[in-house]
Amino acid sequence: MSDFDWGVIARSSGFLAEGMALSALLVLVATLGGLVVGFGLALMRLSEHRLISVPAASYVTVMRSLPLVLVLFWFYFLMPLAIGRPVGSLTSALIAFVLFEAAFYCEIIRAGIGSVRKGQSDAGLATGLRRWQVLRLIVMPQAMRAMGPLILNQIVIVFQDTSLVYVVSLHDFLTAASVVASRDGRATEMYSLVAVVYLVICLSITKVAEFYRRRRPS
Amino acid sequence: MNYRWDWSVLIREPFVDWLWSGLLLTLAISIVSWAVALAIGIVVGVARSSPSRVARLLAGIYIDVFRSVPPLVQLFLWYFVLPEIVPDVVGLWLKRDLPYPEIVTAVIAIGLFAGSRVAEQVRAGIEAVGAPLLPAALATGLRPMQAFRLIALPLGLRAIVGPLTSEFLITIKLSSLSLTIGVLELTAQSRHVENYTFQGFEAFTFATIGYLVIGLCATGLMRLIDSRIGGAALRKATT
Repeated sequence: MSDFDWGVIARSSGFLAEGMALSALLVLVATLGGLVVGFGLALMRLSEHRLISVPAASYVTVMRSLPLVLVLFWFYFLMPLAIGRPVGSLTSALIAFVLFEAAFYCEIIRAGIGSVRKGQSDAGLATGLRRWQVLRLIVMPQAMRAMGPLILNQIVIVFQDTSLVYVVSLHDFLTAASVVASRDGRATEMYSLVAVVYLVICLSITKVAEFYRRRRPS
Repeated sequence: MNYRWDWSVLIREPFVDWLWSGLLLTLAISIVSWAVALAIGIVVGVARSSPSRVARLLAGIYIDVFRSVPPLVQLFLWYFVLPEIVPDVVGLWLKRDLPYPEIVTAVIAIGLFAGSRVAEQVRAGIEAVGAPLLPAALATGLRPMQAFRLIALPLGLRAIVGPLTSEFLITIKLSSLSLTIGVLELTAQSRHVENYTFQGFEAFTFATIGYLVIGLCATGLMRLIDSRIGGAALRKATT
């Protein structure tokens, strides 16, 4: 059992902070992009035309049954082929994250829209509002209330998922720590630090989501 | 897009063996970690809904901690850190004598993570379906322990077979994490074939279909179990 050397954390803090910045960027892009694409997918799934709803539903089912690692590999490998030149692991990872998380956000948004009673949109239509006005002014504000805690939970999962960019050698927080761990032979200190940092951040968000859900019983 | 298609890599030696062994390993890791997750999830979920304050607190801490640390970090903790911080004898045994150390570590790490998620489902099942039946069970003359063991727990578990299906699917997907510590499961093998042959399309397609088929089988199996024990009817009756 080697002696602990917590100084290694102080010495590498700049490098670790850069890693955390990349993790944050991935979470931000995956969440915003995922919400936008997921919203589109949810609208497609709710469509009455089977030609629109079936492709969206199959997309979501396939994405949800694949491991993120495999999806990252797919895009890491496909992007250069599709574009014809190397694109780098960051671009391919960002695209993979947006398209992967979109499937999960789609289900959250669909459930949120589904939780608004149908009478609400019927009444909106009866007053002469157009379909998208009903969606924007009546359905979405109510759906947001049901979706809030679920979206927060999904952000926690996205944050945990970002650690998987390890497999395409992007220096996120975990990968940065693992680089230091193997360079200095300090696996115990680095991985304990990583675990504590993730634990504090994720647990805080989870508790906020729980508090929020309890305050607004559905 | 100039890509030379060559689907024959999927039936050519040695790649066909790599891919199939990867598929079998993914299946094996998924099933064993699911068993670990179920065992831990039931124990912790019961502790979480027990009248003892200490048991509830400990189970709550377990669930919070294991759900909040990313599974990949947990895997690294078990694989790289655990052998360093236990007494030397145990550490040496973990490093040298444990058979298939990567696979065993992966199964335990995935099982412990998935177990914390299963525990939450078990608690929810007992709370929503099992607990409301306790007064009636007690009125028939059962002791509190008997009422819990014979009524609340089995009915609570039956009600959550549906939600557990998605936890099972998550466990299958988690098995791919084990490639980071050198387990040659399905994703790793498809990557391996891509490295050797540059036929990534074919190799990743094989892996994709593999996961879809395993996922469909798992869903079908759980649905069969659910309809056999009437879980859906239980859920409907109480909500």
